[in-house]
Amino acid sequence: MINFILNNNEINTDRPAGSLLLDFIRYNQHLMGTKIGCREGDCGACTVLVGDLENGELQYRSFTSCLTPLGNIHGKHVVTVEGINMDDLNPIQQCMADASATQCGFCTPGFVMSLAGFCLSDQDANQQNAVAAIDGNICRCTGYKSIERAAGKITELMQQKGNQEAVEFVTANNILPGYFASIKERLQKLSLALNGELNQPASTAQFAGGGTDLYVQKPEELKEANVRFLYNKDVLKGIRKTGNKCFVGPSATVTDLQGSEVMRQYFPNFNKQVKLISSTPIRNMATIAGNFINASPIGDFTIFFLALNATLVLSDGNKTRELPLHKLYKGYKTLDKRPEEFIEQIWFELPGKNTFFNFEKVSKRTHLDIASVNTAIQLTVVDGTITEAHLSAGGVGPIPKLLEQTSEFLRGRAVTEEVINDAIDIAQSEISPISDARGTSGYKRLLLGQLIKAHFIALFPHLQVKKLLLSHSS
Amino acid sequence: MKNIDSKTHTRGKSIYLDDIPLLQGTLFGAAFGSPIAHGIIRSLNISVAEQMPGVIKVFTAKDVTGENQIGGIIPDEPLLAEHEVDFCGMPVAFVVAQSDDAARAAVKTITIDIEPLPVITDPREAKARGELIVPPRTFSLGNVDTAWQACEYIFEGIAETNGQEHLYIETQGAYVIPQENGALKVYSSTQGPTAVQRASCRVTGLPMHLVEVEVTRLGGGFGGKEDQANTWAALCALAAHRLRKPVKYSLHRMEDMAMTGKRHPYSSDYKIGFDKDLKMVAYEATFYQNAGAAADLSPAIMERTLLHCTNSYFIPNVKATAYSCRTHLPPNTAFRGFGGPQSMFVIESAIAKAADTLGIDSAVIQKKNLIKTGDEFPFGQKAVSEAAECWKKAEQLYEVNSIREGIKDFNSKNQIYKKGLALMPVCFGISFTNTAMNQARSLVHVYFDGSVSVSTGAVEMGQGVNTKILQVAAIVFSIHPDRVKVQTTSTSRIANTSPSAASATADLNGKATYLACTRILERLKKVAAEELGVDENLIELKDEYVFVNNVQSDLDWKKLVNTAHLKRVGISEHANYATPEIYFDKAKEKGHAFSYHVYGTAVTVVTVDCLRGIYEIDAVKVVHDFGTSMNPAIDIGQIEGGIVQGIGWMTMEEIIYDKEGKLRSNALSTYKVPDIYSAPKEISIDFLQSDKDNLAIFRSKAVGEPPFMYGIGTYFALRNAIKAFNPLAHIPFNAPMTPEKTLLALYSNPQPLSKEIKRKDEEAVTSVAIN
Repeated sequence: MINFILNNNEINTDRPAGSLLLDFIRYNQHLMGTKIGCREGDCGACTVLVGDLENGELQYRSFTSCLTPLGNIHGKHVVTVEGINMDDLNPIQQCMADASATQCGFCTPGFVMSLAGFCLSDQDANQQNAVAAIDGNICRCTGYKSIERAAGKITELMQQKGNQEAVEFVTANNILPGYFASIKERLQKLSLALNGELNQPASTAQFAGGGTDLYVQKPEELKEANVRFLYNKDVLKGIRKTGNKCFVGPSATVTDLQGSEVMRQYFPNFNKQVKLISSTPIRNMATIAGNFINASPIGDFTIFFLALNATLVLSDGNKTRELPLHKLYKGYKTLDKRPEEFIEQIWFELPGKNTFFNFEKVSKRTHLDIASVNTAIQLTVVDGTITEAHLSAGGVGPIPKLLEQTSEFLRGRAVTEEVINDAIDIAQSEISPISDARGTSGYKRLLLGQLIKAHFIALFPHLQVKKLLLSHSS
Repeated sequence: MKNIDSKTHTRGKSIYLDDIPLLQGTLFGAAFGSPIAHGIIRSLNISVAEQMPGVIKVFTAKDVTGENQIGGIIPDEPLLAEHEVDFCGMPVAFVVAQSDDAARAAVKTITIDIEPLPVITDPREAKARGELIVPPRTFSLGNVDTAWQACEYIFEGIAETNGQEHLYIETQGAYVIPQENGALKVYSSTQGPTAVQRASCRVTGLPMHLVEVEVTRLGGGFGGKEDQANTWAALCALAAHRLRKPVKYSLHRMEDMAMTGKRHPYSSDYKIGFDKDLKMVAYEATFYQNAGAAADLSPAIMERTLLHCTNSYFIPNVKATAYSCRTHLPPNTAFRGFGGPQSMFVIESAIAKAADTLGIDSAVIQKKNLIKTGDEFPFGQKAVSEAAECWKKAEQLYEVNSIREGIKDFNSKNQIYKKGLALMPVCFGISFTNTAMNQARSLVHVYFDGSVSVSTGAVEMGQGVNTKILQVAAIVFSIHPDRVKVQTTSTSRIANTSPSAASATADLNGKATYLACTRILERLKKVAAEELGVDENLIELKDEYVFVNNVQSDLDWKKLVNTAHLKRVGISEHANYATPEIYFDKAKEKGHAFSYHVYGTAVTVVTVDCLRGIYEIDAVKVVHDFGTSMNPAIDIGQIEGGIVQGIGWMTMEEIIYDKEGKLRSNALSTYKVPDIYSAPKEISIDFLQSDKDNLAIFRSKAVGEPPFMYGIGTYFALRNAIKAFNPLAHIPFNAPMTPEKTLLALYSNPQPLSKEIKRKDEEAVTSVAIN
């Protein structure tokens, strides 16, 4: 049985845990405000909010319900547009209507929900964050400017929040219905009643994390399958620093990483880089381990953690073993992992003061798109000499790749324009891009070279940009 | 006035096709599409599918009770493939089952054996093989052959634009419910209820009065549901007709993308000639339209291509020829602009080519050649032009010269980032080019409680047409808008409708509503005059009251209509509107094709990251010819949305078919439309108010399609930014300008910026200025 609160109602359903929240909302509960646009998390028409208690605090995040299995919302609060409707338009809806930010209206409930998520979040109430909240919503009619204007008005509204808790503020000011004030307590009760986690099959062929890749690939298969959900396991979450190591729980989401003090401290550009990776709702759902196990040659976080030289701890429930991330990949979507094994822990050494990190990604659309080429680099430079180097690249071969020869070449060398160009030449010999919808192989080769230059330009201001721009590896 | 749907939209209470509550016993359909683009069907195996749990019936061509044909303009498109398949995704079988899942599971078990035939995806190859949908057409003005001799400069080349996926967020779909006496009620997500009715009747064999099509609204259309909603409705109608059970089919995104046509890709040749003052003397263009496997609307789209081949310019000698080329892609179809954007891109490319070669700014050429009132279009109509007004106002208002200076300064100071500017004038004709389609009807009922119901043939798809029609009724009766309800679009209430297309829906249906309301108003005035015992000519309705000689009487709207009813005066009306003045003689290829043109100029600034080959649109600033907008909020929305959709077409939206005719950009993960961050950072819209008379409703010019073409400016701004980085860059005129093409262009013909080139540029500019 799956138990959760849907809007203001307690739900108790025997629908399969692997079946999708979107279908449950629309065709079981007949709440038709949540729309179907793509069923792959790329349009946001089905956006809902999911409220959960984290360290006792109620936190809401936007999810695309098309990629959310019921198993992942067990014990939580799910909010659809019907759940934020009040007698008249609520102020979020009113701002959208006033700004003429709705034309055909099909994407509108998704935008409204994402903006409601913004109102319920503890982020600063500014325009940038309001727009970021809707970065996973596609509108084909308005051209977004009117929606930006609506977001601006909603931001003004939220700026009066001050230090008040979001839920308290939005209920006290009639921005969202009053029942939200009771949810924290109801979730606590629900959690006690459930006495922990969902009863899961003891052994199963299919693990699931956030579902953002799995449910794009085989939704039909998973609907009725025995799925073992790792997403809600508290022991698999959390990001902590011990000594000079960072331990990342495999079920930590990208949003969790963004919120982590450690990441912010050691990777000052992290949030800027993460902006290039998927969208707010997908980042709210997607887990780091899921990105690794999906084994996409273009997995953004895989590329990121390859350059961090991360290590995995794999467990089959009894025994554990350590494996460097780059050893996980044996071939296209082939892993050094037995079916019963799952990632129990991820760790990497935190960069010291002479260690520099950068991540680059280019895709057809800058945001909310899969990379044509992505790459990350971590360099330790002592007295002008590179002492340690890890350069990774995605989209240039069958696996997310650590460019070992290029990395090796860089070690012991000075950071000069010539060395960079030589490194690009070596990188070209390590990669084997194919032509596909994300670009021709020739483009991907040129692009990787450019992005390697971009790494160095970003990290070493002394380099002559012009010299790098005009130099070409053939 | 805000869009009347905004309340239900924001609350999630608006009803789209997939939200209609289902009747008990509703069955679900799913189509099996051909896995191969071209070939002869040797055998089709549906036996496994038929045995699958929940499957009721698998329909194939032999089950069609009427005619297996849905071609609108030309009968060349079977509903279900019979002997031959002509494109990947062409429907071959239609599974009907007790659940959506069961139908789709059964589709997966269907196998087909096809003897492959050669696949053509390139329109020039199709033309070379004589594969034309209709005979080619040529528009001409003056005499290009002799005019070339008078030219000081002549430039030739090729310009190409790719297709565009509509990506209405609501996919295609239909729900058909059998009625008594063999009738059918069809719910369809269509821009053309009558087209759906016609197709449903044709395949079932039913007369039109037995098939009612009803549309509440669409979650976006953009042309994609003008003709291509027919297939799904016809399939459901056929199944419902045969099984006497409700049948629904709401397409999954990947089915929709694979099975439906898109904006036509074009490959075109151009040749343009100027005199020494850079006045255009002659222009010759040949358009190869990639029509796909069947005619669909391609001949009409080809016609509009020719009608817009000179965009906003006057050229005394023109010869434009268009070929509609049959390939093995899904039949391409209507999409905002309807062939116009494709030909505008070609002439803008020709101008850019000339400007590049002469080392001047395209704007110099554009400005000199803007069409003036009285100038003749190549199809014979005389312009009533606002082209120069829009251009000049844009130059002044947006301080284009200082933008230009700013860019020069920025580019000299920045190595990685370069900015580019382009101006894009637009001139777009309003009317269906098929004269017969320029008619509409409106049915207005005034109820004796004072409420008003309006039905027209217009379909609401986000463009706000229902709001405008409501305004018409409220304005004519001078009553509060809350009294008026615009009803669903139904073929039983309004027959023989033209699709909601060609930007003309508000004009046509608004005018019909105006006529109907005015006739009721006249009768009400008579009643009021009788009641008040005054002369009819002194009566006026204002703010819900009858006024006599500008003095308010006690007779309010409610009392008036109730009195009229008691007096047995008709307070309902059905009116017919036909656009006057327009005609077209296809034998001569001359006529007065459009009731009017819409003009405008867009100023676009972009920034290219020359290290990564990516870009941002800084600003699109527009002066647009609205006539007199009857709803600025809605019209601004149309312009902003059109601009961003046009930018999508010119930048990231890349349709990819492989050589076998399979769509590779087949999902939202591989086909990208603009997101909030790809929209221009700034869009400014200025209203060129003109008090010239026109045939638009309340002189509020049509606004649906014209702004789409402002997006073309982005392509040329990007081009200019790339040239600022690499003046020798090789940049073929081939849209969209994806990040891939941008990077390849930035590093094409690699040459350091040498002083020599700069000097050459400066010299060239000087020499032209002297001329």
